[in-house]
Amino acid sequence: MADLSGMRFAETHEWVKQEGETATVGITEYAQSQLGDVIYLELPAVGQQLDAGGRLGVIESVKAASDLYSPVGGEVTEANAELKDHPEYVNQDPYGKGWIIKLRAVKDNPKLLDQKAYDAFVEGQSH
Amino acid sequence: MTAARTPLYEEHVRLGAQMTNFSGWVMPLQYSSIREEHRAVREAVGLFDLSHMGELRITDENLVQRVVSRDMTRLRPGRIQYAVLCNNAGGIIDDVLVYAMPDGGYLLVVNAGNQDGDFDWVRGHAQGAGTVSNVGGDWALVGVQGPRAVGLVQRLTRAELGDVKYYAFVEGTVANVPCVISRTGYTGEDGFELFCGNADAVRLWRALLEEGQSDGIRPAGLGARDTLRLEAGMRLYGNDMDADTNPLEAGLEWTLNLDKDFIGRDAIIRARQQGLARQLVGFKMVDRSIARHGYRVVKDGEGVGTVTSGNVSFTLGYNIGMAYVPPAMAQPGTRLGVDVRGTVAAAEVVPLPFYKRPHPK
Repeated sequence: MADLSGMRFAETHEWVKQEGETATVGITEYAQSQLGDVIYLELPAVGQQLDAGGRLGVIESVKAASDLYSPVGGEVTEANAELKDHPEYVNQDPYGKGWIIKLRAVKDNPKLLDQKAYDAFVEGQSH
Repeated sequence: MTAARTPLYEEHVRLGAQMTNFSGWVMPLQYSSIREEHRAVREAVGLFDLSHMGELRITDENLVQRVVSRDMTRLRPGRIQYAVLCNNAGGIIDDVLVYAMPDGGYLLVVNAGNQDGDFDWVRGHAQGAGTVSNVGGDWALVGVQGPRAVGLVQRLTRAELGDVKYYAFVEGTVANVPCVISRTGYTGEDGFELFCGNADAVRLWRALLEEGQSDGIRPAGLGARDTLRLEAGMRLYGNDMDADTNPLEAGLEWTLNLDKDFIGRDAIIRARQQGLARQLVGFKMVDRSIARHGYRVVKDGEGVGTVTSGNVSFTLGYNIGMAYVPPAMAQPGTRLGVDVRGTVAAAEVVPLPFYKRPHPK
C-alpha cells in the first residue's frame, strides 16, 4: 500500500503532497482506474504559473482525453520526464513513480480533502 | 432502458472486468489493462465475448442477393464473405459477415447496435413471410484470437482445423459444446469465432480459458478489440462509416459486385461517375499527440476533413488514425494536420492496414 500520509485530494481526483517548499502533484488510484491505460500526458512548461483548481494539462488514456487540474497554485519546477516513455507509471504507481508535476511558491487551496473525506467522496460517486 | 446482458455476464464480473454500456449491452471494457490484453492477442491468444453481435437467418437467396453488396451465388456453402447493406442512396446501413449455410440458407452476422434496424430493413424487402428471422437472442459468440488460437481450439475439437480456411467455417464441437467454428475475426490475427447456444456459453468460455492457460490466454474486452481492429485497418460502423457514407468513400469498393443488382447499386455507380468528395485514409501522427473521433483535419489552415478513429498503436509504438479527406489528399506521404484541442499536430497519410500479421511459418 502506498504511503498516503500528508496527502490531500481534490474532487477532480488529483493528489498533492507538500514537503518543505515543494508540492508534488499526481492523480489518485481511483482516477487511474477510471481512465484506464494512460498513453500520453500534455504537461506544463517549467516556470509556468498555475492557479489552484486551474487547468494543469491533459491526460490521454486509450479511452479518452481528460483535463488535469492543479490542486494548489504555484510555479512549475519540474514535470515528470519519465512519463514521456513510461506513461504506464501513472497506472502502476499513481502515488509514487507516476507523480506528474512539482510546484514551488505554493498557494494553498482550502477546498482540498483529507484522505478520509476523499474516500467518502469517491464512495459517493461510484453509487 | 436497461442494458442487456450476455450469457457470460457473470463470468466477466467474476474475472473483475470493468463493464461498459455498448450498443444497448453491458459488456467488458477491460479486465486488467487494454495494453496487456492487446499484447496477449498479438503475441499469444485472447478470449472475447462477442455475444452482443446480432445474427439474422435468411432462407431466400434472392432476398440476400437484393440486400447485400456482393454476389452470393458465388459463395459456396461453408464459406463467408464480408459485405455491406446499403440504403437506396448507397449509404451504408451496416457491414456484415454473410455465411453460406450447408442447408442452402444464409446467416448474417451484424453489428449489435444495428441488429433490429437490419432485421426490419431486410424483412421489409422480403417477398412472403418466414424468410428472415432474428436469431441473435439464441446465440452466444466467443472470439479466440491470436497466433496460438488455432492450436488451442484444435486441442478441444476433433474437427480438422487445418482444413478450415480463412473466412470458412465448419460445424463441430469444441470442449463438447456444439459450435459453428468460424475462421474469422476483428483483430488482424488468425483465430476463430465460435457460435454456440446461450446455455453452453459458460462451459465453452471456461474450457477455453482453462485449456489456454499454457498458451498465456487472457480474456480481452472491447477496449482491446478497438485498438486491435484499428491497427488492422478494419472500419468500425458508427465511427468510420454510417448511413451517410457510401462504400466507395469508405474504401470498401472490394465488397461491391456492381454487375449484380442490389439496393443502393445505382446510387453507388452514380457517385463513382460524379467523383468522390472524400475518401477514408489511414494516417500516423508525427508527434506524440493522439487524434480522436470527430477531430478536424486541416491543411494550410483550412478544415479539409474529419478524424473517424484514432488511438495509440501499441504494436507499432506510434499513434494512428483514420479520417475522411478529399481524394487529392489521400496519397500516402501526404502531410496533414489534426486539430488536437486547438493545436495543429502533424500527421502523414499512410497505407491501410497499419498492421499485418507475420505470415505463419
